[in-house]
Amino acid sequence: MDLGLDVDPDRNGWAVLSVRGEVDVYTAPRFRERLIELVSEGKHRIVVDLEGVDFLDSTGLGVLVGGLKRLRSHDGDLALVCTQARILKVFEITGLTKVFSIYDTVDAAVAA
Amino acid sequence: MGVGVAGQVVELEIPARPEFVALARMVVAAMASSDANLPDDRIDDLKIAVSEACTNAIEAHDAVAADERVVVRCRADQQTLEVRIEDRGGGFDPSTLPEHPPVTDPDRLKFERGLGIPLIRSLVDEVEIKSSSDGTAVRMVMRREILEP
Repeated sequence: MDLGLDVDPDRNGWAVLSVRGEVDVYTAPRFRERLIELVSEGKHRIVVDLEGVDFLDSTGLGVLVGGLKRLRSHDGDLALVCTQARILKVFEITGLTKVFSIYDTVDAAVAA
Repeated sequence: MGVGVAGQVVELEIPARPEFVALARMVVAAMASSDANLPDDRIDDLKIAVSEACTNAIEAHDAVAADERVVVRCRADQQTLEVRIEDRGGGFDPSTLPEHPPVTDPDRLKFERGLGIPLIRSLVDEVEIKSSSDGTAVRMVMRREILEP
């Protein structure tokens, strides 16, 4: 199972991490490591683009919650891009739509 | 392996390792999608629930260094699609899972885990969790939509 992680280091002052594939207990560690690397590189405003994600379970939610906590501790922020109903559903059920800023496009996220 | 036939059972044993959770999802989804009365969004719900239960099973095995496999059993009949996931981990008490703070509470960000069981309960029509020190069995049921003739 493949997980794609592509980084655009600077879009209007935000780093954009585009995730592709399935995020579960097997692939989540790579996702978490990449987020931590970005923060270590001084990227404290990160957009995670989930439009290429086919599947995401609570392990993936945990990575995002951990990322947001880490970024907030650096006075930063983490925004999400997601329009897929099946992915948004897990955020809605868990109430995390109130924790994350979720946008329809990367452009909208970096303009916020 | 026959799938999608009423009364048919499919059983899969997977090593208790993270790389096999995707296989469990795939097999359950294949069985669910062969049933035209289970729509795609319900199959997506079931895949998440299976992923959560298998993840918990693998972590339970890891916690007690158990070598046994995790068993995923699907059974379809006229009204329901039932998935049962059994592990030989150390078990837990599903009635004593910690409550997360409200999402508006800044302390909510301290909780990166513990969303799996609530997600399962929300996504499937029926869930039953039996757990002891010998292992855990999670039984999840999706009800088929019966179309009027």
